[in-house]
Amino acid sequence: MAVCKCTGEQVESPQDVQLNELLDHYRGYAGGLIPVLQGAQEIYGYLPAEVLETISQELKLPFSEVFGVVTFYAQFHLKPRGRNIIRVCLGTACHVLGGSKIFQALKDELGVENGGTTEDLRFTLESVACIGACGLAPCIMINDDTHGRLVTSALKNILEQYK
Amino acid sequence: MSNLKEMRSGIEEQYKAKLNRPRIVVGLGTCGIAAGGNKVMKAIKDEVANRKLDVDVDFTSCIGMCFAEPAVEIALPGTPSVVYGGIYPDKVAQLIEGHVIGKKPVTELAAIQITGDATPFDGIPVMEKSGYYAKQVRSVTSRLGRTNPESIGDYIATGGYAAIDKAISMDRLDIINEIKKSGLRGRGGGGFPTGNKWQFVHDAVGDKKYIVCNADEGDPGAFMDRSVLEGDPHAVLEGMMVAGYSIGADEGVIYCRAEYPLAIKRLNLAIEEAEKMGLMGDNILGSGFNFTVRIKAGAGAFVCGEETALLNSIEGQRGMPRVRPPFPAHKGLWQKPTCLNNVETFANIPFIIRNGGEWYASMGTEKSKGSKVFCLTGKINNTGLCEVPMGITMGEILNDIAGGILGGKKFKAVQSGGPSGGCLPTEQLGLPIDYDSLISAGAMMGSGGLVFMDETTCMVDVAKFFLNFTQLESCGKCTPCREGTKRLLETLIRITEGAGTAEDIPNLERLAKVIKSSALCALGQTAPNPVLTTLRYFRDEYEAHINDKKCPAGVCPELLTFVILKDKCVGCGLCLKACPVSAIAGEKKEVHKIDGAKCIKCGACVPTCKLNAIIKA
Amino acid sequence: MRKLCKFVPSVFSHQTITLTLKEEIQLSTVTLTINGQEVTVPAGTTVLDAALGAGIFIPTFCHDPNFPGYGGCRICVVEIKGARNMPASCVTAAANGMVVETESPAVVETRKTILELMLANHPVDCLTCEKSGECKLQDFCFRYDVKGPKFVGEKKDQPLDTSNPYITRDTNKCILCGRCVRSCNDVEDRSVINFAYRGFKTKVAPAMDSGLAESACVSCSRCVAVCPVGALTYTSTAGKGRVWEVEKEQVTCGWCESGCLFDLVKKDGKVIGVVAKASGEGRPLCLKGRLGMELRYNDQPLKPMLKKDDEYVEVSWTEALGLDDIMEKLK
Repeated sequence: MAVCKCTGEQVESPQDVQLNELLDHYRGYAGGLIPVLQGAQEIYGYLPAEVLETISQELKLPFSEVFGVVTFYAQFHLKPRGRNIIRVCLGTACHVLGGSKIFQALKDELGVENGGTTEDLRFTLESVACIGACGLAPCIMINDDTHGRLVTSALKNILEQYK
Repeated sequence: MSNLKEMRSGIEEQYKAKLNRPRIVVGLGTCGIAAGGNKVMKAIKDEVANRKLDVDVDFTSCIGMCFAEPAVEIALPGTPSVVYGGIYPDKVAQLIEGHVIGKKPVTELAAIQITGDATPFDGIPVMEKSGYYAKQVRSVTSRLGRTNPESIGDYIATGGYAAIDKAISMDRLDIINEIKKSGLRGRGGGGFPTGNKWQFVHDAVGDKKYIVCNADEGDPGAFMDRSVLEGDPHAVLEGMMVAGYSIGADEGVIYCRAEYPLAIKRLNLAIEEAEKMGLMGDNILGSGFNFTVRIKAGAGAFVCGEETALLNSIEGQRGMPRVRPPFPAHKGLWQKPTCLNNVETFANIPFIIRNGGEWYASMGTEKSKGSKVFCLTGKINNTGLCEVPMGITMGEILNDIAGGILGGKKFKAVQSGGPSGGCLPTEQLGLPIDYDSLISAGAMMGSGGLVFMDETTCMVDVAKFFLNFTQLESCGKCTPCREGTKRLLETLIRITEGAGTAEDIPNLERLAKVIKSSALCALGQTAPNPVLTTLRYFRDEYEAHINDKKCPAGVCPELLTFVILKDKCVGCGLCLKACPVSAIAGEKKEVHKIDGAKCIKCGACVPTCKLNAIIKA
Repeated sequence: MRKLCKFVPSVFSHQTITLTLKEEIQLSTVTLTINGQEVTVPAGTTVLDAALGAGIFIPTFCHDPNFPGYGGCRICVVEIKGARNMPASCVTAAANGMVVETESPAVVETRKTILELMLANHPVDCLTCEKSGECKLQDFCFRYDVKGPKFVGEKKDQPLDTSNPYITRDTNKCILCGRCVRSCNDVEDRSVINFAYRGFKTKVAPAMDSGLAESACVSCSRCVAVCPVGALTYTSTAGKGRVWEVEKEQVTCGWCESGCLFDLVKKDGKVIGVVAKASGEGRPLCLKGRLGMELRYNDQPLKPMLKKDDEYVEVSWTEALGLDDIMEKLK
């Protein structure tokens, strides 16, 4: 549900409309829960609690069971994920060379904590144990690209490359 | 259209005409695409258009030579077709100029040639005699890299759907007997005789029966099923149809892991085309036999490769295995009798029906018949997909097909069967590959992943890697697997970090045996295999880690010390600059020294030294 | 469609074997050997029930005669001659000529290891645990001489859930036998808890991993009645007496005709609490029934609480028991 900016009323967002179409397709379809969850994640980018509750009601499955299925499979996310995943290496080499400073700078820049996602869903920030690029310490990975020998002042330019 | 024979002659004509035209074919399996195949395709199309060449540009799937991706084949009528390896967009012009316009193969880029009736070119290995293919057979993989997987015409023209055409005129039990005669055993790992399984489902009482294809290939280092689905999707569908006809099922489900989007796309396309031609759906080929197939995409859980967990997942539940019995043959999907086989098993069926069970049984060993597809990965020269007759030795695969260990290093072990399998050492290279000999050696066939390791691999680290995988993928239902694999992993981590104690080895063995004998499903029961086999064949490495606090392979960082050799160091200072923690000191042009207390063993210094003066000890 | 409510005890549970034999004489039987003793049971009987019926003990955690066929905890494994592995006796059908060993050295070794694994991921705080004295984990550790966790490593560290005023939920003590899940899910409109996450992170949780109070839990205590360890306990009797200090007296609830069974927990002859024992035929157990029993038998019952606007608030007994309108008329 979205809230209408003019009237303050609860209105069906385009996403909710899509979810309803999806549910219509799978209502009464045996074993439809997983395809519905996959479809819902496509629509919303993740699986918000309210969506899970709606799915549970519409498919007439206990909410606890729906939650159990969601948390079993690696594909499903309960929190929004960014379009770009930043992994900050906090392995020994990076730590010694100021990896945590880089991490802090990124947190400040993006306004999120570890595991958090920016509101515009542009970035998700995570820390990792070691990405095996100690020679480039301190380093981060954005999606599949490694950026090494970082200084905090370089971060802004690097982030600019990812929309 | 109900008569396949009539349909076939027209399609065969078209196919022949296609082969009689100059063609450039790009390998577009997932591997080819990852290597940049689509860019190569575009470059070729641009080049052909710019030069206004009268050449068809087509694509195929993976021929199996992953080491040669992106691969491009050029076929001019009357001459052998040549498969080129490592063709990046910048090589396209050279290739087209040389081979298409100049009519001379570009020998230095060529990997193999497929001669057919034509006279071979000089200086290019002929496929059947080339190192990679000489010991292979091409049965279930025969269309891979040869036909367009998105064309039902290519499939039919190469004998496709002849098996279902033949099957629907046969007695159901005769089909099952033919499969029994072939000796085909489940290719997903378990090795259960396929004919017997079909017989059980045939005999099971039920108003509704299902065919389920397990395409949830999840072992690290295994991509046989993906290659078959991407390269010959119709064969899998046809195999399922034959199974459906013989056991009395009209519905099939393919459970395919979501990480295989291209396979799912090609399967959906294949289903659509087959339905359009009356080869699937209601009243197939006028026989009165109905059969439909739908795809169910997995959601990211390795355990769903276990057949009962897979069934639960199709039903929309958590993928936790069920207790057996009842077996799926009696109570499977929705508690109905279900015939569950994997991709490669189904893909073998059309060949067996067309050529007869005896033909299939003529390949292989006494108890393991036919051929098996393997994926070769790790530290070898030729990584890729191969199909070999059962009974070939591991040594032949390593030395003849895989081209030996990379960089001339020494072979140490091969992991067969993924995380459920085990490591086999040099002494076992003479082992003929079949289901039973692998099990007796402590490994298993698994789905067919072979990961080769060289002398620089630490076997404790390998066991740790696989346990980390199974531990993360444990479903959590039974105690031995949920809690036990975690403790195995923790013990292995302690050992590799130098905190191992004398009791660790007996404790590992004891716990591994208990998990093996008491876990609920095959995933749990086989999870300790990497620990048990490495302990069996490489116990000395465990002892070195525990007793001497050394990693003989020089892998485990906590157990390493980096030393600069005095007589080699010239004091150039490159290592000093590379060290992220300033642990290296030394005046210019004087021997440098590593401060062990500061060193974090990242190894960044080693490659910087041009004189190889820094060693791990 | 989801299954309907069913409370029929398994025909194979050991209490009913003799009955089954007499009633279903036409059923074929099988004869097997357990620990050298020949045992004849109806075909389809599990090895577990065959053994229990013959007076041979096999430990179980996850087995529940009302919801059989789970086979998850593996503590009931036995050795069967010719079998590749050790099957769980609770889900293995007895067969003619089967030779079963229930306490062989290999079986004992396996059970000990499973108990050690459970303890390694458990607080092992028996000294203060409400369940001490009637805890299956404790009993079996005693039986198999398991003194403590043999493996060291990561342990569950989940917050104690005291959000529900009646049920204390300590998932750190949970051994994931799933009896509570099966019991709760047997009632279609409850199904409040289920397994969540997977592997080592698996836990039993309400939707969104919330506390019980936030969930649709109706505090019927079906889950508490079946928990074999101290993961689910009654808040009302907490700290009021050790198991060996109290007696239990069975009473039948009279709120409706179903007659669910409750136990009065008595210390020094005084009732200190009422706990659910078993549901009546066709009924799922309910909070009202138990509160009614508390009020009737317990001289110092805790104040009743009901959930209003997603929060538990103290209410009068008449409201808790749904008697407000009747009381109004009696005024």
